[in-house]
Amino acid sequence: MKKSDSYEEFIKGIWRDNPVFVQVLGMCPMLAVTNSAINAVAMGMATFFVLVGSSFLVSSFRNWIPKQVRISCFIIIIATFVTVADYTLLALVPKVHKELGAFIPLIVANCMILGRQEAFSSRYPVRLAVMDAIGMAGGFLLALFSLGAIREILGDGALFGIKLFGENFEPWVIMILPPGGFLTLGVILLFFNWFKFKKDEFLAEVAEAERGGG
Amino acid sequence: MNTGANAAAPSSLRLILTLAIAGLISGIAIIGIYESTLPTITANKARELREAVFKVLPGVSQMQQFVWRGDQLIAAEDLQKDEEAVYGGYDENGEFVGYAIPGAGPGFQDTIGLLFGFTPEQQLVLGMEVLESRETPGLGDKIYKDADFVGSFSKLSIDPEIVAVKKGTTSQPNEIDAITGATISSKAVVRIINKTHSDWIQRLPPPGSEPPLRQDAGDGS
Amino acid sequence: MKKKDPDLLLFHAPLLRQGMTTPRAMRDVIYALLPATGAALWFFGLSAVLVIGSCIAGAVLAEVTFAKRETRGESLRDATGVLTGLLLGLTLPPGLPMWMAFLGGFVAISLGKVIWGGLGHNLFNPALLGRAFLLATFPIAMTTWVPAAGGFLDVYASNLALPFMQAQVDGVTSATPLGMMKFEQEVTPLANLVLGRTGGSLGETSGLLLLLGGIYLWLRRDLDWRIPVSILLTVVIFSAVLTLFDGERFPSPLFSLFSGGLMLGAIYMATDPVTSPVTPRGAWIFGIGVGVLVILIRVFGGLPEGVMYAILLMNAATPLIDRYTQPRVFGRGVDST
Repeated sequence: MKKSDSYEEFIKGIWRDNPVFVQVLGMCPMLAVTNSAINAVAMGMATFFVLVGSSFLVSSFRNWIPKQVRISCFIIIIATFVTVADYTLLALVPKVHKELGAFIPLIVANCMILGRQEAFSSRYPVRLAVMDAIGMAGGFLLALFSLGAIREILGDGALFGIKLFGENFEPWVIMILPPGGFLTLGVILLFFNWFKFKKDEFLAEVAEAERGGG
Repeated sequence: MNTGANAAAPSSLRLILTLAIAGLISGIAIIGIYESTLPTITANKARELREAVFKVLPGVSQMQQFVWRGDQLIAAEDLQKDEEAVYGGYDENGEFVGYAIPGAGPGFQDTIGLLFGFTPEQQLVLGMEVLESRETPGLGDKIYKDADFVGSFSKLSIDPEIVAVKKGTTSQPNEIDAITGATISSKAVVRIINKTHSDWIQRLPPPGSEPPLRQDAGDGS
Repeated sequence: MKKKDPDLLLFHAPLLRQGMTTPRAMRDVIYALLPATGAALWFFGLSAVLVIGSCIAGAVLAEVTFAKRETRGESLRDATGVLTGLLLGLTLPPGLPMWMAFLGGFVAISLGKVIWGGLGHNLFNPALLGRAFLLATFPIAMTTWVPAAGGFLDVYASNLALPFMQAQVDGVTSATPLGMMKFEQEVTPLANLVLGRTGGSLGETSGLLLLLGGIYLWLRRDLDWRIPVSILLTVVIFSAVLTLFDGERFPSPLFSLFSGGLMLGAIYMATDPVTSPVTPRGAWIFGIGVGVLVILIRVFGGLPEGVMYAILLMNAATPLIDRYTQPRVFGRGVDST
């Protein structure tokens, strides 16, 4: 029973309540740094680290943090993790850090992270909070990666810098420019909604048939 | 004191203490990570600069920084805010080869930052490297992706200045081919080099009297 | 809930029946474009057929793919897909690979029309949106102009590039009159401009034939004459004023009038009834805005041609213009004195 609880918290972030495709949160990094798969993954990993770390701390201290100053405390915790991520990336992968630029410090302002602390971590035990954070951050990472991969494949004919189609590929320049981010995200959201619509329609038909048959 | 039923209203002291402790721990964590990554970060930056200098000045294996300070050019390790610097390149025997001069200016989309190698004796540009730019992918980014364009900044006369002309029509030693379809970006690169050159040419010591490589300057790292 | 065949039809006035329907208007525009399309065939041969055909195929495919099952036949019958494809094709360079033209047609209908809710709901002209997409996506191919073909059956090799592959441009490329003006200060003789003997997009080369089609549309009452007239007048006046200041630097009014896609844009795209203002006063404002933007972009901007962006920008301003030029309702808001 307990195992399935954790699993439930994990899987909801990956798919059913995906922070990007369903909740449409964290759009700023989503659109800004997904012009290549490597940038998207680096951003996703940094966010993953910040979210899981913050959720763990917030959940651990949830009984000590007074309600009146909880938001300030959450922000201090998140900001600390963001700074750590910022310096670590700058020291380890300066090239990627240069590409991501101001968007690493801006993880602080990612509404998904503060939202998880307020809505989940501050109310649930550590195990569930961490599972929830891993699920949500994993879903975010997945979304960033799929956007980054689509944009890099079409915009540069490559994935992770490896050319896929040979020298003669005609790159879709728009895909690595900002409009490409909006276009790709729009098409993916369209697909998600269409899928949901079809599923609901199917479920309604099934319910109808059962009522008719019974 | 309120207890039990009214536990939701703690004293102000407790609120302040909580925040103070959180801030303190956070501060310590940030200082820790800053101190432990700082050496790597500075080393990375120095290495990047060294690589760029060696690329725009072929044959150079040692460098030292010159800072324009108090209306004269002096060799200095540090760089204050609002000060400008050039880098002198020396070969293995410590002989002066040329300067690597950083410049920046508006491109087609955003500021283009670049570094170019320059020898005052022959008034030649020896090499050019774009350090930062946001030019259009596929067109303007050829200013650093097009090997022909980058290569044309080798042994290029800058007397009196470089001129970008339509592809295939170069006839003078100070002319280079502009990139087809990226005329604005190519001309921006040329303009930045010309401007930086004319800014610095007055400040550089006369050819042949460059300061020698200081032994303690080492390789600038 | 949704009844396909209601027992009682409710309409608002006017109840007068007349021959003017959407499919008829669309077909009229297509007829009006035939002379210019013919000129494109004359100058560029089979390549024109390939490029325009691919655009129309892409547009119609998008129309079929995204239409609701019940209204599929209807949205095909009103011919907007074909018209959008044709208009887009006429704005493209003759040497464009067919797969890009096809993609452009598909994007024009899907992002330019269907996604807004179908015919009548789109904010931007679909053909121009498709062209803007292509220009941002393939900037090199979209600005490579090839000279007119030798014989009718000569096809540019770049037309036949495999999907997703680069076009191999064979031989010489030529510049458009506007490009030569902007980057090399070279003026093209006016006679060439009027007849269409210049480099450029398929349909923008012949100003005279485009004008002819425009007059046909005006006689058939298919377009609001105020829009093309105000655009062309503004362009002439604005460039005349600029020429007075500096005749060397700025192009002459006649050059501005007959170069680039101005005729095509002013007569066939700016007048799209969906994306231009409905009120007469609004039409004048719209036209003047397009004219001013065209000259501003051509003369002071970084691009040689500005008709596309000028019209798209004014498309975006259309709801606002309509709102502020509403005619007074009869009997209301009159001063009582």
